[in-house]
Amino acid sequence: MVDAPDIALLTPYARSLGIALDRWEDDAPVLHVDFSEAVLGRPGALHGGAISGLLETAGYGALRAALARTGREASFVPINITVQFLRAGDEKRSYASARIVKLGRRTANLSVEAWQDDPAKPIASAVMNVMIRDVDSDRG
Amino acid sequence: MSNPQPRFDPAVAADFLVARAHNGWLGMRFSDHGADWVEMELPWREDLLGEEGRDVLASGPIVSLLDMAGGLSIWTRTGEFRAIATLDLRVDYTRPARERNSVFGRVQCYRTTRSAAFVRGIAHDGDPDDPVAHMQAVFMTIDKRTVDLPAHRNGERANG
Repeated sequence: MVDAPDIALLTPYARSLGIALDRWEDDAPVLHVDFSEAVLGRPGALHGGAISGLLETAGYGALRAALARTGREASFVPINITVQFLRAGDEKRSYASARIVKLGRRTANLSVEAWQDDPAKPIASAVMNVMIRDVDSDRG
Repeated sequence: MSNPQPRFDPAVAADFLVARAHNGWLGMRFSDHGADWVEMELPWREDLLGEEGRDVLASGPIVSLLDMAGGLSIWTRTGEFRAIATLDLRVDYTRPARERNSVFGRVQCYRTTRSAAFVRGIAHDGDPDDPVAHMQAVFMTIDKRTVDLPAHRNGERANG
């Protein structure tokens, strides 16, 4: 990708779960995770916690990319996440990407969706609020 | 008449139920329970960090921990083990967990209806009076039939 920012999208947890960058779309990363035992819940269905991890990682990725475009270097502190589980996730690759609803100086509000074959049929959605702490500003 | 099903006991079933799949990968284990609540422990682990250079668990595993403790609290309150699915789950992160600390998820099921179960709980890192997160969730029954213990001893799980 020509305009992909050189940023760390994946936490140690995300890499460990098998989450990877799929592509860039509308300036936001689309992440994917392949099916494995690590993301399995009850037999035949993905675990809600693993889907939440994918959603959160996509949220932070979109936020980090947006801040990088404006030259801001910041660390994030999660405020909250609300996840809706809409369909059972099958034993196949899942995708997620986030839309930044509001990017403020101290907080951001994100809307995230995860899907498998068809983005129009999400398996889960989430709303996240994130505290942004600029690296060169006062802490706290 | 068949014998009545033994009452679901999280002290017996929890470690077995989290031995596999996502929960097993995370390394969750049973900690404590009451009549309508269950506490599970997620030991600190280097590859579950949320940020490079800070030894604090990511928030994703804390969601998984609270989700599983929530499911267990429902089976503990009703005494029956049946397939459920999380419908809606909210977590408020009130403070960062201490570095290299286990995180505990303690969740209570406070209401069940024919097909829904309502839970709320906390995550803490040693002191339940000083939570790192608060959660609230709704689960739906996806199969009215109960699953007997011998069947799920063969590796079947009903939460995800």
